[in-house]
Amino acid sequence: MVKSILLVGVGGQGTILASKLLTTGLMEAGYDVKMSEIHGMSQRGGSVSSQVRYGDKVEAPVIEVGGADILVSFEKMEAWRWLKYLKPTGKVVVNDYQINSMPILAGKFDYPDGILEELANKVPTTVVNAAKHATELGNPKVMNVILLGTIIKSMGLETIHWEKIIRDNVKPKFAELNLKALAVGMSLV
Amino acid sequence: MKKLLTGNEAIARGAYEAGVKFASAYPGTPSTEILENIATYKEDILAEWAPNEKVALEAVIGASIAGARAMASMKHVGVNVAADPLFTYAYTGVNGGMVLVTADEPGQHSSQNEQDNRNYAKFAKIAMLEPADSQEAKDMIKTAFTISEGFDTPVLVRMTTRVCHSKGIVECKDREEVGIKEYVKNVRKYVTVPANARVLRVKVEERLKKLQEFSNTTELNYIEWNSTKIGVIASGGCCNYAREVFGDSASYLKLGFTHPLPTEKIKEFCHKVEKVYVIEENDPYIEEQVRLLGFACSGKDLFPFCGELTPDVIRKAVYGKENPSIDYDADKVVPRPPTFCAGCPHRGFFYTLGKRKNILVSGDIGCYTLGFAEPYNAMDYNICMGASISAGHGAQQIFSMQKDSPMRVVAVLGDSTFFHTGVTSLLDVTYNQSNTITVILDNRITGMTGHQENPGSGYTLQGKETIQVDIEKLVRACGINQIRVINPNDLKAVEEALDWALSLNEPSVIITRWPCVLKKFSPQDKEEFKGSFTQRCAVDPEVCVGCRMCLKTGCPAVSFDKTGKKANIGLDCVGCEVCLQVCPKNAIHKEEA
Repeated sequence: MVKSILLVGVGGQGTILASKLLTTGLMEAGYDVKMSEIHGMSQRGGSVSSQVRYGDKVEAPVIEVGGADILVSFEKMEAWRWLKYLKPTGKVVVNDYQINSMPILAGKFDYPDGILEELANKVPTTVVNAAKHATELGNPKVMNVILLGTIIKSMGLETIHWEKIIRDNVKPKFAELNLKALAVGMSLV
Repeated sequence: MKKLLTGNEAIARGAYEAGVKFASAYPGTPSTEILENIATYKEDILAEWAPNEKVALEAVIGASIAGARAMASMKHVGVNVAADPLFTYAYTGVNGGMVLVTADEPGQHSSQNEQDNRNYAKFAKIAMLEPADSQEAKDMIKTAFTISEGFDTPVLVRMTTRVCHSKGIVECKDREEVGIKEYVKNVRKYVTVPANARVLRVKVEERLKKLQEFSNTTELNYIEWNSTKIGVIASGGCCNYAREVFGDSASYLKLGFTHPLPTEKIKEFCHKVEKVYVIEENDPYIEEQVRLLGFACSGKDLFPFCGELTPDVIRKAVYGKENPSIDYDADKVVPRPPTFCAGCPHRGFFYTLGKRKNILVSGDIGCYTLGFAEPYNAMDYNICMGASISAGHGAQQIFSMQKDSPMRVVAVLGDSTFFHTGVTSLLDVTYNQSNTITVILDNRITGMTGHQENPGSGYTLQGKETIQVDIEKLVRACGINQIRVINPNDLKAVEEALDWALSLNEPSVIITRWPCVLKKFSPQDKEEFKGSFTQRCAVDPEVCVGCRMCLKTGCPAVSFDKTGKKANIGLDCVGCEVCLQVCPKNAIHKEEA
């Protein structure tokens, strides 16, 4: 049985670190894991995705249309952009966070209204305010690890030794902060 | 030991385990991290950024001739630049093993084309391997060196973006120290004057025959028998995609060694299955061989020529539809194109340039290519690395032929692109004297690929301090007498420099010198650009009249509050002051961040 997790957001939001921690944990738990990311030009404020797949034996590193068990979006509009990759039986965790793209900043388009409500009408949706919680923890940058916490809880992966994974993969001075962020994220789902 | 590695990290690990002594590359997505990861094996491998791919491959060829195992890596279009030495080294053969990794881009995520570099193996008549995932990437690099030395051939290893940038679990082993082979002068083998090259030419054909035999016997090409109703022939990542779609309902001929193709294995497979699908991204490279052998198959008649053949694409092609998904109105989503970062030194320059009339802006490859887009609209074309200056020269010569034409050419390229192939292009301008204006956007680093050192940055890939090539002196040495160095964040300086250059009737160069906002500053940078990026700009809402002039700078830190009708500057501002200079009401001021 292969499970697929789709993490999406905007270049610079830290999806890459979140997926790195996630895949490392899955590997150490004994799963076969594959993960796909596209780097390059999209990093400059573009739409980004990390596709994580795990199970006994994983063939493709990419998630197909209608293939994700969970869609975790670091930004509201990105959840809408990637929704077709979710299984009809899948669920969404969405960060209540808005990043205006250049056409919106330039006044050519309006940021779409009511995304969170429409998502909730279509699929089981958990809305989290990771920015608020990250700021309360003292560093807006840990939004990504809070969202990682929501994935772990949503996918029932709590038994993996996340503390060790985090200590092994982040700078010692940020370890405690990230552990707190992970706990906050897990409590939100 | 098991590790979770990207394909690129796995290639680097393979090079380490294979006993590689020397590696060289020029950065380019999706290949960049290969050499960056090789560079971490500092004790064992000398890893160098070269100014361009041709130079990288030539350095690797020299290392191979001198007896070391050596590897070059580059993006697909980089192989075009490096094709000249490749085709000759294909004739001479190697001393120490030589492997060239090409990172192709089905889907064109970060590239100007989608060329299928498997054609290069056929064209140059050399061996080729195609890994499907990270484990294979590591293993095949080691096999590639054995093949290179065993068959006296350069070996092409063809990766694709998904294999480069996907992670998988890799069993890592120790380094095999193969040493450096003795160098023995051998002019008949290595001096390719026609008399020798004609002899080598025959050997190349003999080598191909031996490689053909190898292709038919090697376990790199294998059959997985399941149901014989459907037979899938695939190489690289496509085989994994196909398994997602067909599972056990198909048998697979999985090809890892793809030049020359295993004709006997293909025959054996096609005879036993009822329906053959050839699933490959880009060109019908395998399909043509299958058809040549006389077998009917479904290939490019069914699967797209363009883009990636991910499982949903295969599913749609074979069964007419994708998996069920949620029905919703995707049109609500606003595009999110890449943009210049807040504080990017290209912003001030392109903002100013875009307002000029009767200018053809000859573009190049880098972050600054985004200057073509809204709100700057300051680029007419871009062709390939270095072409801004030379194509600009050609265009200027035609404009200058027409007495009434007011058109002037401004060629724009970055520091790393200038070192890559811009220098020779500038020689064309000075030698043939067109009044082309060349602008070198010197942001002190190779930007778009993620901050690689270059000949102007003062450091090598493995962190040694080195000569910092002075762009101004280099430009002067190329024969340019009219040079200005400016700060591109100073809009008045940009205007004046453009006025000055446009007034000249001879070639000129403007160098904009300001670091990439994401660059990790070197000690020299800290001194030269002291205090930069430490302040921010803010809008005084009492003074702001909501004219939106500041929004025309296209800065992601600047937004507009529609209810209050005021501009707002976000915390990602680093104080470049471009918006401050554009504001007609002086409503923007500087403050400590």
